[in-house]
Amino acid sequence: MVKNIKLIAVVFLVIVSFFILLKGLNKTNIYSPNLNSSKIDFNFKAKFLYSDEETTLYELLNDKDFSIINIWASWCLPCRDEHSFLLNLKSLDKLNMIGINYKDSEINAKKFIKELGNPYSKIVVDPSGVNSIELGAYGVPETILINNQSKIILKKYIGPINNEKLTEIKNIINNEN
Amino acid sequence: MLNQIGNYSLYIALLSSILIIIQYPILLNKNNINVSGRIFSLLSIQSLMIIVSFIALIIAFIISDFSNETVYNNSHTSKPLFYKISGTWGNHEGSLLLWLLVLSIFLFIFIITSKNLSSKYRILTLFFQQIIILGFLLFILFTSNPFMNLYPIPNEGTGLNPILQDPALAIHPPILYLGYVGTSIIFSSSLAALVSGSVNKTWAKHIKNWVLVSWIFLSIGILLGSIWAYYELGWGGFWFWDPVENVSLMPWFCLTALFHTILILEKREIFHSWAVILSITTFSLSMSGTFLVRSGILNSIHTFANDPSRGVFILCFLFILISLSIFIYFFYQNKIKNNFIKTYIVSKETAVLVNNLFMMFFLSVVLIGTVYPIFLEVINNEKISVGPPFYHKLIVPFMIPFLIFMAIGPNLNWLKDKINKINLQQLLFFILSIIVSYIFLKKVGISYLFSLPLFIASFFLFFITIKDFSVKKTNLSQKISHFGFSLFILSVLINGVLAKEYSSNMKIGDERKFLNKTIKFESLQINQSKNYQSLEANFKITDKNNSINLKPEIRVYDQPQTITSEADIETTLYSDNFLVFNILKNDGFYNVRYQIKPFMVWIWISIILISFGGILSIVKKNG
Repeated sequence: MVKNIKLIAVVFLVIVSFFILLKGLNKTNIYSPNLNSSKIDFNFKAKFLYSDEETTLYELLNDKDFSIINIWASWCLPCRDEHSFLLNLKSLDKLNMIGINYKDSEINAKKFIKELGNPYSKIVVDPSGVNSIELGAYGVPETILINNQSKIILKKYIGPINNEKLTEIKNIINNEN
Repeated sequence: MLNQIGNYSLYIALLSSILIIIQYPILLNKNNINVSGRIFSLLSIQSLMIIVSFIALIIAFIISDFSNETVYNNSHTSKPLFYKISGTWGNHEGSLLLWLLVLSIFLFIFIITSKNLSSKYRILTLFFQQIIILGFLLFILFTSNPFMNLYPIPNEGTGLNPILQDPALAIHPPILYLGYVGTSIIFSSSLAALVSGSVNKTWAKHIKNWVLVSWIFLSIGILLGSIWAYYELGWGGFWFWDPVENVSLMPWFCLTALFHTILILEKREIFHSWAVILSITTFSLSMSGTFLVRSGILNSIHTFANDPSRGVFILCFLFILISLSIFIYFFYQNKIKNNFIKTYIVSKETAVLVNNLFMMFFLSVVLIGTVYPIFLEVINNEKISVGPPFYHKLIVPFMIPFLIFMAIGPNLNWLKDKINKINLQQLLFFILSIIVSYIFLKKVGISYLFSLPLFIASFFLFFITIKDFSVKKTNLSQKISHFGFSLFILSVLINGVLAKEYSSNMKIGDERKFLNKTIKFESLQINQSKNYQSLEANFKITDKNNSINLKPEIRVYDQPQTITSEADIETTLYSDNFLVFNILKNDGFYNVRYQIKPFMVWIWISIILISFGGILSIVKKNG
């Protein structure tokens, strides 16, 4: 009898972990966004990094002609590499730089900005990563170029910005209008 | 062409696998079953075919055959030959093929080296191992085939991730796999021994070598991974409690426990069931490791593919194997001899039991830390991250009794020993370690809660293991491994306590003071290498007596375009000087991180010593 109870207990444990892991696997499905959609949910709410106010993406996109949404995190090494290129983009007049801080701790994020400089005009935080995923993010870093009037995604870059991508962004901004 | 060769060889291997498995019931009904004739030729064909397919993949990588999808995704014509070859297993598909290759080669070696054992045991091991091979073959052929055709044929590949282009990392996966796959033989043979009712001295003696081999490869594999993390990732540490690192550490704890248990089983015929349970657990942990890494359920630099169908396959396969072994264990459990030899509290048996208890404790801590976040996210949708503080808090306090037991345990006798064995000599060493630790901690000015007892325990183990070299009774390989371990703990502790870090933004010509040293940013130059461009800085670090030059680099790889920071590390016997720099803005400033890491090289040396003990043990037995 004792043997049976042991067996049942072990089997039960195994089955439970099986289903939990299976569910965990299916969850990763949510992480694969539809890359082709140029429409995004402009109404998501997010908190600013440097204040407790909430905002929506719609408000964030109100400024200039174009917006860059850059998804970054302090723990992400490629983000460190692309940072100098983002600082370079900051100088463009028509461009509004929005940073989304992805699954990060506020202290580390602020430290990162303090250490490397702030290329963004506004930074919102996304501790759960849900907003970034709804924007269609694959991972960090990721950069989305948006036309503010038509609210259309012009270009999406997965991975760090480099010289080539920088030139491309500049060209797009100069040629549109 | 190569794709066809690879594909067909894998299908032939699959066919042989199925043929061997269906032959099994026929064989079992015969009275004089033996691994000979047809079964052996099928096995040889299978191993040969898998070798052929693996070679085909290597050749495809060497000649940059971009009609192969795996090659296209992971290689580039401008890569050095060495990295073209290592690219073969630097990706999901290739690494699974490597798993399979090692699985079948190990089985082959097992069959030809076990001729003097009972044939029922050999056939059963072959059968269980074939189930694993079959699972992997199906997995490779239907979810991650490395021989997918690509048409039209691209001119150029997309390249291998530059952070994977490192000599230590190129050989890290194969070595680690040898360790992982070695545990599959232990698993199959323990189940075979269980079913054939031969969990005994002879089995222990035979499987001991496999346990040692897996253990050695696993240790060296973990070492290489740490070396890579230290030199390439540029974070200045060697162990980050990253889930993927944990996953390789868990089987290691289990194997270490198993090895000690097997020794007792061989000498004293006790702990039969425990040895079988440990064998099953070890392999389950290795497989779970593969599952966690390959399925993309973890977020980590090691995660290759994010294809859920693959994850589901490995998960199902893993649980079929685990359930199979659980049922076999419960049904054949009563075949195990139950030897209750009365043992006394102070004996070698107890010492091994204590060792096992600690190993299981460390294993549980790491297991919970790795799996709990996944479970929590699924059940509660809550994301937590378990970092080094969790592991340190739970492991460090228990390290203290563990180290003291490790110092005393190996010197105990079998069966019964007198309590006064804890003699004057050991007491003297203990007092000596108290004095040494106290002076040491006083000098560096550290007073954490656990640091004094921890240092006392590790110095104690260190002294005792050195002293043990003068005692004839125990064997040399054990002394070396145990000494290596004490050296390891001591180096890690000293490294942790004395490491210093300095970080600042500097431009060319700047000078900074740090402790008693001056860091000077002297110059910057651009170099062109075969597959990357590099920005090489020259830093001069001067202290009272001497000066060193450190030349870290920032590399810009072409294919795929990636920037990596290469730390420059100056290694001496006492400490490492570690310097890494990053581009900041375009105004000439660079972010510079300088670290002094004492006794770094001793961490590597001690792990080599630990493994060397194991190697010596194998060589001595066979020589």
